[in-house]
Amino acid sequence: MKKTVLFGALAVAGLSAAAASAGTLDDVKARGTLNCGVTTGLVGFAAPDANGVWEGFDVGVCRAVAAAVLGDETAVEFIPTTGKTRFTALASGEIDMLARNTTWTFSRDVDLKFEFVGINYYDGQGFLAPKALGVTSAKDLDGATVCVQTGTTTELNLADFFRSNNISYEPVPIETNAEGQQQYLAGACDTYTTDASGLAATRATFENPGDHVLLPEIISKEPLGPLVRHGDNDWADVVRWTLNALITAEELGVTSANIEELAAAPTNNPEINRLLGTAGELGGMLGLEPNWAMMAIKAGGNYGELFEKNIGENTPIGLARGLNAMWTEGGLIYSPPFR
Amino acid sequence: MSDTQAHMAAFVRTETLPQLAPPATERGIVKWMRENLFSTIPNAILTLVSFVIIYLVLSKTLPWIMNGVWTTSSLSECREVLEGATGACFSVLTERWNQLMFGFVYPADQYWRPTLAFVLLFVAAAPVMFFDLPRKLLIFTALFPFIAYYLIWGGTIFVPILALVGVIGGVLVYRKLVTGSFAMGFFGGLIAALVIWTVGGMLIPEGANDTAALQAVPSRDLGGFMLNMMLGVVCVSLSIPLGIALALGRQSSMPLIKWICVIFIEFIRGVPLITLLFVASVMLAYLFPPGTTTDLFLRVVIMITMFSSAYIAEVIRGGLAALPKGQYEAGDSLGLDYAQAMRLIILPQALKISIPGIVNIAVGLFKDTTLVSVISMFDVVGMIRGPLSAATEWNGIYWELYGFAALLFFVVCYGISQYSQWLERRLATDHR
Repeated sequence: MKKTVLFGALAVAGLSAAAASAGTLDDVKARGTLNCGVTTGLVGFAAPDANGVWEGFDVGVCRAVAAAVLGDETAVEFIPTTGKTRFTALASGEIDMLARNTTWTFSRDVDLKFEFVGINYYDGQGFLAPKALGVTSAKDLDGATVCVQTGTTTELNLADFFRSNNISYEPVPIETNAEGQQQYLAGACDTYTTDASGLAATRATFENPGDHVLLPEIISKEPLGPLVRHGDNDWADVVRWTLNALITAEELGVTSANIEELAAAPTNNPEINRLLGTAGELGGMLGLEPNWAMMAIKAGGNYGELFEKNIGENTPIGLARGLNAMWTEGGLIYSPPFR
Repeated sequence: MSDTQAHMAAFVRTETLPQLAPPATERGIVKWMRENLFSTIPNAILTLVSFVIIYLVLSKTLPWIMNGVWTTSSLSECREVLEGATGACFSVLTERWNQLMFGFVYPADQYWRPTLAFVLLFVAAAPVMFFDLPRKLLIFTALFPFIAYYLIWGGTIFVPILALVGVIGGVLVYRKLVTGSFAMGFFGGLIAALVIWTVGGMLIPEGANDTAALQAVPSRDLGGFMLNMMLGVVCVSLSIPLGIALALGRQSSMPLIKWICVIFIEFIRGVPLITLLFVASVMLAYLFPPGTTTDLFLRVVIMITMFSSAYIAEVIRGGLAALPKGQYEAGDSLGLDYAQAMRLIILPQALKISIPGIVNIAVGLFKDTTLVSVISMFDVVGMIRGPLSAATEWNGIYWELYGFAALLFFVVCYGISQYSQWLERRLATDHR
């Protein structure tokens, strides 16, 4: 009798210990939805459509993770965050992951205690100038007025660039990207500088995009990627390998169109089999279903499909793959092997 | 004399001549223009300059508005339809109308709920604003907050009913005890209401929201102009009584109450609203453990109410100070106690003087509700700044959207201002 009570108490203690240390993965599974932090709106990366359904490149990552963990790409609660509230929201546990074109920097990773799980877009700071100005290089911009967002790394990069090239400029401080577009179009500044993807998106909205050129210089590194809190490695692994699965799928030619067929039975390519769960135990190691990667890829397509659908050359934003091409095609997008 | 004249004259007019029209320069539009537009040379120059300016403005805006496109589904289609001609792209308003009004997450099949609440708002506000209406309508006004809460947030009907029961219980206890002293009645009522809410809160079954008749909508899903209206109405109606209490407290002869009120008012007035909003959204998240945060809407309401009640208190203090001392003494000499003197003599006069100031604060507060867009709440400006200007199909539209937001706010604020002018005329008892 006494023994039973003792065992019972031990079992209860063990259970409660397990409950206390339950990680984000278990929380998400118990809740049935993934809380994903996105921007309040950035063309091509995240914005709700007319029906309130979120769309975009960063949104695609959220949906893939939701599909991998819960098997349902619509089981996502999108929590819009501003540049000011995003880190608080993640640190306080309001969101499970942040996919909000956030630059991976030393201090954010180390000092703010976040874990960047990978890079889904390699960006860099560029310059937009009217063709009529007649400049072909950012080094010709001596004495130019430059619209730049205040309090950003953009502003610091700009100062560094002009100082190291020993030319002068006059900054025109602006607050938001929308304000920058207006100021630039109104002629308040000769050139507008921000991330190149943002410049391309901005130029795409002009009435005559052909009258403006993106100067060839890219003056900074802005690797953007999803991030999670420090200290929950299981959850970080889930997000990291979901992103890697999307990248690997493109490398292996697995698309949302042929995935059903490839996943139906083991193929000749063992890596595809491991990825899609028809061979090996990779899903179980993550604590997910064997077909987790297949669900993630089916949600919005592989990395390349997501890119083409949201920000690629056939969209109004019209970004070329550039640095974001597969490593096999001269870009930097590279995933560790699924083995 | 008259005889001779009559005989000598060859012709005598026997009837009066019909009146001639005044000279062209002294009648009709010409006269009006001479008097009002061209009375002196400097005035004539000013008139011409004004006409030029009006022409310049209208010649740009009118074609832009008249030529507006209402039916396309993206900005580039608008540009195709216009083929380079000037014209607005109002299609964004028609396509995203619901998002501008209700935000982008409020369930689309439930839009009738906030709409109904909005219509009922007028019914509820009418007896308060126009006191010629039958007083019995005030019963509906008292019920309205609970009805509106149920309509907008949905969920189980027990929550608003419980809140109502708590309030009724509190009022009953207050009535019972207030004959002893005001403080006893006030705190007794408060405790009774809290007891009812706590006990009732435990009785509401777990998961009652899932089976409710109206689908529950969390505060996070509220947005659009609806959010501005809700914040504006709730905060104005809460901050006026609070402001009166603070103003009276500041004049109190009890030092503790007086200094609490003074410090509260001066502190709040010394801090920008946007700082308070950031405290509400960011700082409180650090203070609470994860998962136990209070509703963001509630936090914002508390902050804005505190802010505007401090300002309203100062406006009312001005009204109180403007009353001659004789009014206070009159109340005392009639043998009225403090509450009676305030209610019957002082406040009616002081509030009448303060109407323009209070309306000024109310209009300012209503416009300040757009500040919540910086803490990622999607009021109408937040919708425009965020999701709408980032939508692939509408990126690059500014004038149409911000003009529309300006129009919405203008309609409401102009209405408030017209009402206050009517109220001043209606309450004017002096002879001018």
